Amino acid sequence: MATLKVPVTAEDHAQGPESADVTLVEYGDYECPHCGHAYRVVQQVQKRFGKRLRFVFRNFPLNEMHPNAEAAAEVAEFAGAQGKFWEMHDRLFENQERLGEALFLDLGEELKLSTIALRQALEQGTFEARVRADFKGGVRSGVNGTPTFVINGHRHDGSFDFETLVSAIHEAMGTAKSA
Amino acid sequence: MAQSSASNVAPIHTGGVLPAGSVAPNFTLHVTPDQTLTLGDLRGRPVILAFYPADWSPVCGDQMALYNEILPEFRKFGAELLGVSVDGAWCHDAFAQNRHLHFPLLADFEPKGAVARQYGAYRAADGFCERALFVVDKEGMIAWSYCSPVAVNPGADGILQALEDLPK
Repeated sequence: MATLKVPVTAEDHAQGPESADVTLVEYGDYECPHCGHAYRVVQQVQKRFGKRLRFVFRNFPLNEMHPNAEAAAEVAEFAGAQGKFWEMHDRLFENQERLGEALFLDLGEELKLSTIALRQALEQGTFEARVRADFKGGVRSGVNGTPTFVINGHRHDGSFDFETLVSAIHEAMGTAKSA
Repeated sequence: MAQSSASNVAPIHTGGVLPAGSVAPNFTLHVTPDQTLTLGDLRGRPVILAFYPADWSPVCGDQMALYNEILPEFRKFGAELLGVSVDGAWCHDAFAQNRHLHFPLLADFEPKGAVARQYGAYRAADGFCERALFVVDKEGMIAWSYCSPVAVNPGADGILQALEDLPK
């Protein structure tokens, strides 16, 4: 079974406490329609488990298939460097069909980020290395496509509908408690 | 049981994919309708052979699309990636263009599956290749091999590990 080769650290973008029973990691691509669908599912799952769940998002842009995926990932990282990762992450998924520079600048403005700095970061590839590092770590962890979920370090090979994810997380909670 | 249909192809490796330590059988296959590629010509650098069942089927697309994304990582090891299936060169051409693939797809088309058979990577009952991976070292020896269940994308972590483990 494939396992997470790059442990979750403080460098990661996480929602929920470090002490949570279960850590759910998603490797995702902002332009991937399945990830767009998973975005809503994850929100429901988070609501269901509250503080018992920590959710981590890592970048896995499939650039050959999705021409805007890399830039979108870098935009989210840019916002993240200013403490607004999740605000940007959510807006990118909610506007998935409009990804592109115009949207990135609009969202930057909406989040009160400097659009000059945003444009510069994209041009200079300031966050490219970070996105690439996520991608490489994903490949080594058996991420073969998007979205890929990892639950407490083990790749989730089932589907990612609400019921399946909830039951896999319940199972991991059971294992975590008996360990 | 002997398979008479394969009698024109020799040698045939049966009983799983060729293991590490075997000599990688040499071959020449069409890479485009008017160009061929010979494995032996790539001697001196590692070669990744990715046999896969067919162009266009959704799982293969995923696997080849993934490798396409990871190509820069493979190239850091100086490695060449070759996809191999029984599809013809024209089919490969259309598939590669559609998916923007930046590595060659070889047509193991005539005699059908002859190269895959030599690597123990042919599903005679189905008439297409296994989803089998080989890392061939710069001396032409198989350094690592893996056969995935046909419906499962084997990913790239095994390939990267094998490339890392090659003697420098």
